[in-house]
Amino acid sequence: MTQYDVIVIGGGHAGCEAAAAAARLGANTALITHKASTIGVMSCNPAIGGLGKGHLVREIDAMDGLMGRVADAGGIQFRLLNRRKGPAVRGPRTQADRRLYREAMQREISGIANLTVVEGDAFDLIESDGKVSGVVMKDSRTFASTSVVLTTGTFLKGLIHIGDQKIPAGRVGEEPSVGLSATLLRYGLKLGRLKTGTPARLDGRTIDWDSVGRQGPDEDPVPFSFMTDRILNRQIDCGVTRTTEATHKIIADNIGKSAMYSGQIEGVGPRYCPSIEDKIVRFGERDGHQIFLEPEGLDDDTIYPNGISTSLPADTQEAFIRTIPGLENVAILQPGYAIEYDHVDPRELNATLAVRKMPGLFLAGQINGTTGYEEAGAQGLVAGLNAALLATGRPEVIFSRTNSYIGVMIDDLTSRGITEPYRMFTSRAEYRLSLRADNADARLTPLAMELGCISDARRDRFTDWQVQFDDGRQLLKSLSVTPAEGNRHGLKLNQDGQRRTAFEILSYLDQSISALVPIWPELSSIGSRVVEALEIDAAYAVYMDRQAADIAGIRREENLVIPEGFDFDRLSGLSNELKQKLKQHAPRNLSQVMKVDGMTPAAASLILAWLKRQNGSAEREEKASAQ
Amino acid sequence: MTAMHTIYALSSGALPAGVAVVRVSGQHTAAVLEALCGEAPSPRIATLKSIRSRNGFVIDSGLVLYFPGPASFTGEDCAEFQIHGGRAAVNALLEELSKFEGLRHAEAGEFSRRAFQNGKLDLVEVEGLADLIVAETEMQRRLAIEHSGGGQSKVYAAWAKRLTHARAMIEAELDFADEDDVPGSVSERIWQDMSVLAQEIAAHIADAPIAEIIRDGLKIVIAGEPNAGKSSLLNALAQRDIAIVTEIAGTTRDVLSVDLSLAGFSVKLYDTAGLRETEERVEQEGIRRAREVIERADLILLLSETASGFDSLSDITSDGTAVLRVATKIDRDDRQWSPDEADVLISTRTGEGMDRLLDEIAAHLPDLSGRTSLALPSRRRHVDSLRQALRAIEESLAGQHYGLDIRAEQLRLAGDAIGRITGRVDVENLLDVIFSEFCIGK
Repeated sequence: MTQYDVIVIGGGHAGCEAAAAAARLGANTALITHKASTIGVMSCNPAIGGLGKGHLVREIDAMDGLMGRVADAGGIQFRLLNRRKGPAVRGPRTQADRRLYREAMQREISGIANLTVVEGDAFDLIESDGKVSGVVMKDSRTFASTSVVLTTGTFLKGLIHIGDQKIPAGRVGEEPSVGLSATLLRYGLKLGRLKTGTPARLDGRTIDWDSVGRQGPDEDPVPFSFMTDRILNRQIDCGVTRTTEATHKIIADNIGKSAMYSGQIEGVGPRYCPSIEDKIVRFGERDGHQIFLEPEGLDDDTIYPNGISTSLPADTQEAFIRTIPGLENVAILQPGYAIEYDHVDPRELNATLAVRKMPGLFLAGQINGTTGYEEAGAQGLVAGLNAALLATGRPEVIFSRTNSYIGVMIDDLTSRGITEPYRMFTSRAEYRLSLRADNADARLTPLAMELGCISDARRDRFTDWQVQFDDGRQLLKSLSVTPAEGNRHGLKLNQDGQRRTAFEILSYLDQSISALVPIWPELSSIGSRVVEALEIDAAYAVYMDRQAADIAGIRREENLVIPEGFDFDRLSGLSNELKQKLKQHAPRNLSQVMKVDGMTPAAASLILAWLKRQNGSAEREEKASAQ
Repeated sequence: MTAMHTIYALSSGALPAGVAVVRVSGQHTAAVLEALCGEAPSPRIATLKSIRSRNGFVIDSGLVLYFPGPASFTGEDCAEFQIHGGRAAVNALLEELSKFEGLRHAEAGEFSRRAFQNGKLDLVEVEGLADLIVAETEMQRRLAIEHSGGGQSKVYAAWAKRLTHARAMIEAELDFADEDDVPGSVSERIWQDMSVLAQEIAAHIADAPIAEIIRDGLKIVIAGEPNAGKSSLLNALAQRDIAIVTEIAGTTRDVLSVDLSLAGFSVKLYDTAGLRETEERVEQEGIRRAREVIERADLILLLSETASGFDSLSDITSDGTAVLRVATKIDRDDRQWSPDEADVLISTRTGEGMDRLLDEIAAHLPDLSGRTSLALPSRRRHVDSLRQALRAIEESLAGQHYGLDIRAEQLRLAGDAIGRITGRVDVENLLDVIFSEFCIGK
C-alpha cells in the first residue's frame, strides 16, 4: 500500500490549493481526482476575483498559493472594481479563458515534485485508532496517509435539475460521489443540502453583437499575483444586455415548470446569486435585469450569459433567452441547470478546517457550504497547510479575523454555520480598513516565510519590496515643513505653525507623493509600486492607530480573570453568536476574550464592565464569609 | 460560577411598617416556597399562606407571590413575601432564608443587575429605575420614568436602526458595485438623513444640562460681603434654623447647604462665608471654600445691604454664571434703593420680597413647557457616548474627499457608541437589509 503524508480528494479549486500547499510544506502528497484532465476546470462562471473575493485571491497568493498566478495566466479582462471608493474595498477581478486557466493550473500541479496525481473514484476512508489513516477507491485500491483533505465540491449526492428532469451528477457529464456521503454520515457529521445554479451556455457566433452594449477591460490591468509583472494575454470586451417584458412573461407563465418552483428542490440557494425565476418572483416590478455576455475564452465561441441561471425546462430556456436583445437567434450549447448537493455543517470543523469528530480529516470548499472558486481555494490553502503540519508533527496554523479575509471566512463558517451558500463580502470583515487587497502580502507573506511554504524567488522579492517600503516610510517621516513653507509650494495646510511630516501630509487623502516631489526631490527615487502602497498606508495610518489604541486600552485589563466554567449565557447584551463563540473558546481572561474572533471593542467593553462588577462582588462575598 | 446564588432582601422601606415585602430571586426560589409555604402558589396569583420555619413554627402569614422565570422582574424565578412589617417578623423570615443552602442576602442593586444580565432591562432602564427609587421631586420622577420605562432606550434604538440602514446602503454600494440594481449613487440618499441625525443628537446633547439640573438640583450659592444677611436668607428659605446668625461679621466659616423643592425641581442652596480680606486662618479657609462653590454655581444670589456692596463684588464670577442682586434688610428704613441698583429687595425679618425672590429663582429653572417627554441624557456616560457618536457621524459627513470605506467605518463607530449607552451590542445583519431592498445577483 502506498503511503502518503497527505491525500487530497478532489481536483477543483479547493483541492488544487490544498495539494499544492501541503506539498509546499514538504509533505508527500497525493491528489485523487476522477479525471486528471478536469483539474482546474471552472464549472460555473469564467471569472476570478471580485469584491471581497479579490481579497481572498490576493491572500492565497501572499501564501504562495496558485490561484493568483493561474488567474494572471488565464485572465482576459482585468478590472479593478470600486477603484474610487477607497483602497479597502477595491476588488481585483478578471474574466478567465477556461482553457488557459485549466492549462495553467495543470502546469502548476504537475510541476510540483512531491505531489502525485491519482485518477479514480475515492469511495471510503480508512480509520485506525480513531483517526483517519487512508483512502479506499471504488476499484478497491487503497492508499495510506496521515491526513486526508476532502474537497468534493458539489459531488456529494449531487443532483442536477433541468425542469422536471433529474440527473445524478457532480457537474454536467460527471459522476457524483455517493460513497463519501455515507462515510461522513458514519462519522456522525451533520449534513445539510444546498442548491446552486448555472445559466445556459450560448454559441457566440449566433449572437448579434452589434445590438448589445459593451464593457471593456481596464487600460492598465492590475495582476493578482505579487510575482506577476505584466499581463500578457490579449484583453477583451464583454457584452451587456437586459431581459425584457417578454422575457419576464415567459418565465412567469412557466414558473411551475421550474424545478425550484415545482417543489422538486429542497436545498437552499444563495440570496446574492438568485436564478432568473427568483428575480422575476421577488423583483418582478423591475423593467429588466442586466445580463453580461462573458466569452469563455479567446479562441472559444462559448458565451456565459451571467445573470440568468435557471432550472426551467430546456425548451422554455430557449424561448425566454430569445426574447433578449441580441439573442433573438441564439443557439444554446448546453441548457442551464440547478444542482443540489450535500454539505457538512461547518460547525463540525475547527479553525484549521479539521473535523472535530475525526482526527486527521480536513474539509475544504463547497463541501463546507461555501460558494465560489476563491472561497474554495482559500479553504483549500488552510486545510492543505494544516493537513501537512499535522502529518509532519508541527503546530497548526490559524488565520484570524484580524489578519485576513481567510480568517474572517473560516471564523464565520466554523462558529456561525451557514443558512445559505456562503460568499465573501467586504462587509463581513470588521477590520476591513486594515485588511486590504493591496497589503495582503505585507499581512501574510511573513507568516508564509515562517511556515516555510514559500518559494525562494517570492521570499527574495518580498524582502526586497519590504526594505523599499520601510525605507520610503522612514524617508516620508523624516521630511517636514512648516505650514508657511508648504503653502509656498501650493500645499493647503492649516496655518497653525505646526511642522508636518511628508507622511502626515499624505494622510490627507487628496495628497500624492508626486505632489510633494517639488518640495523634496529625493521622493522621486521611490519606485511606483511602493509609492502607491505608501500613499495608502499614510491615508489609513490614523485609522489603524485608532484601532490599535482601542485594542491596547482593553489589553490593560487583561489580568481580569474569568472564572472556570463561567456561564457566558448570563452576559446579556451580547448576541447569541458572540455567546456561542465565547462558550466555544472558553477564554480565561480578558486578553483571551479579545482574541476570540468576531469580538468587537464594544462587546469586549461590555464583558469588561461585567467582570469588574463580578470581581468586585466576589471580593465582597469573600470578605463577608471570612467575617 | 455555574451555580449562581439565589438572593433575597427586604425590598420595602424602613421598619416597622404595615406591610413589608421580602423578595427572592434565583434558581432555588421554588424550593424555598415549598419549604416555607408547603407548596409554591400558582404563578402570579396572590395567595394567602402561612409561612413556617423548617421546624414547623409559623413565622407569619401573608400574601405570597410566585413569578417563574423568565416572566419575572429579574428574568429568574422570583417570589415575594408580603408579611406584617414588624422588625421581629421580618428578621425571622430573613434569618430563615439565610439558612437555605445556596441563598444569600442581595447586594445593593443586585435584583436590577440580574434583570440587566438576563436581558429584562437595558442599562438606561436600570439607571432609570435606580433614579426612580431615589426620586424626590416631580421632575426627577418624570425623568426617571422616561428612562426606566424604556422611552429613552427607544430613542437610541431608533437612531441605531437609522445608522444600520445607512451603513447597509453604503455596503450595498461597496459589495455590489457591479450590480445593475444598485445604482452607484445609492449611498448618496443616506447623507441627508445622517445630517438630520447629527442635528438630533446634537440637540439631545444640548439638553443634558436640563437633566443634570433635574437630577442634581439647581445649585444656588448665596454670596456677599460679611454680615450681608446670607445665613438669615438660608434659614428663611429653608424655614428652619440651619445656620447660626449673629451680628458678628464672619460668623459663617464653612459652606452650609440645604435641599429645597421649587416648582417640582430640586434646588440646592449653599450659604457661604462673607467675602473679605482677612488675616484670620479659619475665615480664610471659609472664603476659599466659598469661592469654590461659587465656581460650580448655576445661580448666584449676591447679597448686600448697600448698593456699593454689589459694586465691590461685581467680579464675583468670570464664567457668565447668572447673578441675582438681592438687597437685604430693607426693613431698616435708614436705606433707600433706586430701581436699577438691585434685582430684588427683601427682608427676611418681615418676609417682604421673599415671594418675588422665589419667582426670580424659578425663572432660572429649565423651561419644560412644550416638551411632551423628558427623553434627556441623564448621565455623564450617556453624554460621552453621544458625543463620540456625533463626532463620528460629523466626520463621516465631512469626509466627501475620503473613500466610502472610511466614511462607512465612521458610521460603524457611531453605531457602536449608541449601542454602548443601552449596553446592547449585537451583530447587525447588514446583508439582510441589502437583500430585502435590492435584486442582487448577476
